[in-house]
Amino acid sequence: MAITFEQVNFSYGQGSLSQPILKDISTTIPSGKITAIIGQTGSGKSTLVQHINGLLKPTNGKVIINDFELTSQTKEKQLVALRAQVGMVFQFPESQLFANTVLEDVMYGSLNFGQDHLAAKEAAQAALTMVGLPSQHWDKSPFALSGGQMRRVAIAGTLALNPPIIVLDEPAAGLDPLGQAELVKLMLNLKKQDKTVVLISHQMDQVMTVADWTLVMHQGQVIAAETPTTLFNRPLSWFKKVHLDLPTAGQFAQQLMAQGWQFKERPLTLEQLAQAINQEVTIHE
Amino acid sequence: MNSIVIGRYIPGNSWIHRLDPRTKIILTFVYIMILLFANSWGTYLVATIFLAGVIYLTKQPLNLYWQGIKPILWLILFTVILQIFFTDGQPVLWQWRFIKVTLPGLINAIYVVIRFVLIILMSTIMTLTTPPTSIASALESLLGPLKKLKVPVAELALMLSIALRFVPLLMDETQKIMNAQKSRGMSFSTGGPIKRAKAVVPLLVPLFVGALQRALDLANAMEVRGFKDADHRTRYRILAYHRADYISGLMMVLFIIVFSLINLKGW
Repeated sequence: MAITFEQVNFSYGQGSLSQPILKDISTTIPSGKITAIIGQTGSGKSTLVQHINGLLKPTNGKVIINDFELTSQTKEKQLVALRAQVGMVFQFPESQLFANTVLEDVMYGSLNFGQDHLAAKEAAQAALTMVGLPSQHWDKSPFALSGGQMRRVAIAGTLALNPPIIVLDEPAAGLDPLGQAELVKLMLNLKKQDKTVVLISHQMDQVMTVADWTLVMHQGQVIAAETPTTLFNRPLSWFKKVHLDLPTAGQFAQQLMAQGWQFKERPLTLEQLAQAINQEVTIHE
Repeated sequence: MNSIVIGRYIPGNSWIHRLDPRTKIILTFVYIMILLFANSWGTYLVATIFLAGVIYLTKQPLNLYWQGIKPILWLILFTVILQIFFTDGQPVLWQWRFIKVTLPGLINAIYVVIRFVLIILMSTIMTLTTPPTSIASALESLLGPLKKLKVPVAELALMLSIALRFVPLLMDETQKIMNAQKSRGMSFSTGGPIKRAKAVVPLLVPLFVGALQRALDLANAMEVRGFKDADHRTRYRILAYHRADYISGLMMVLFIIVFSLINLKGW
């Protein structure tokens, strides 16, 4: 289920009032991998991912999602089929909860796509188990849960549809460290099930840990499409220019280098950092 | 959502933008009142010229005004049809049973269209060039005398400005929730009336929950920053009339004089 953007342009408004948001984007999001989209606020990340399930249609160009072709001409009726293929979890997804019980809310999507009640219930239970919400909460009102639990319910609402492609728009924003760690586990779990995961994130550590591929957006364009390791080995001046940071380990290594330390390679994970420091110390001894 | 022009404020620095909001409210009100006395081609012509002048002074693209009229075209059309077919008078141009088209009916219909368009455009100009918060503080100032009658004018104005402030926010929120539910397979534009009515629940519940949450947050934020009651607050912007306001008042008086003369002559 690869996703291919072919010369995609998108602008809001028409004529003289039009504002270009995406400029001539041609890139591919690999199938069965976790792809992280990073870039500063307003660079067009959310606009880009909303083209994957047809919430937005390209003004020019096309998006090919598996065998579905999305262009400016695509009709609203055809989009329902696409949305069954692409699950999307928005920023602060807990704001979409509405049903009387947690279980009902998670079942909502499956029922929309015409599953029968029993199958929907089973899918919902499986999804809730997957996000790690204990079954004692399933019959409660979603509004009686904590913020972190509500987030899980909302994510389960998307997973229950079992879509081959899952888009997560800053899913970790506002979660506590434990919640974030569980989210990482969940994404790796989805990848194991051969799902294509698209993740918008501002946390470079998270990107380094989970992502197989990264797209960097800047002013409506994709300016880098490569593995996280290649990306985070780019020169520091580049990161400054596009207002991005290195992962924590990389930043720490920079500080050490400012103190006169030397590294053969830039450490990008805490593990690599520890190894590199250990090596340096051994050499000096 | 961006296509709604009525009630929208577009920032700018035109002569009209810079007028005191009270001036704009009063003059818009007076203009609409005067328009109700229009009864001849001449009077409508003067009123149209006056409005054209004001539109020119706002320095906004004409297309914007057209966008403002478009959504209510059907309402105008409906009124026109009523006017054309149900006005009595002579001479009768066409008749079928109780439905007839008369010359006064036709003329009236045209008058109604012009009047409608002029009123809408003038109020659009007012909201287009005045930030909602300014409208609220202008109303507070204009309704000030009612304070003596124990009407909580300051609170009302504050409520109005908060409500206005929340409109774009809620529209944004609605769009977000619609996107989320659409991604879960909900279709807001297909299906029968019952299905469509049902589709509203997953939209309204989160919208209300969110709005109440926001309201609580806002109330807390206001109290934390020392809000006690609206009456004893001093203001960030102090309203004051300037030369431009007197000039526009004078223009309005001039317009009224010309209008009345034409009206009396029956041109």
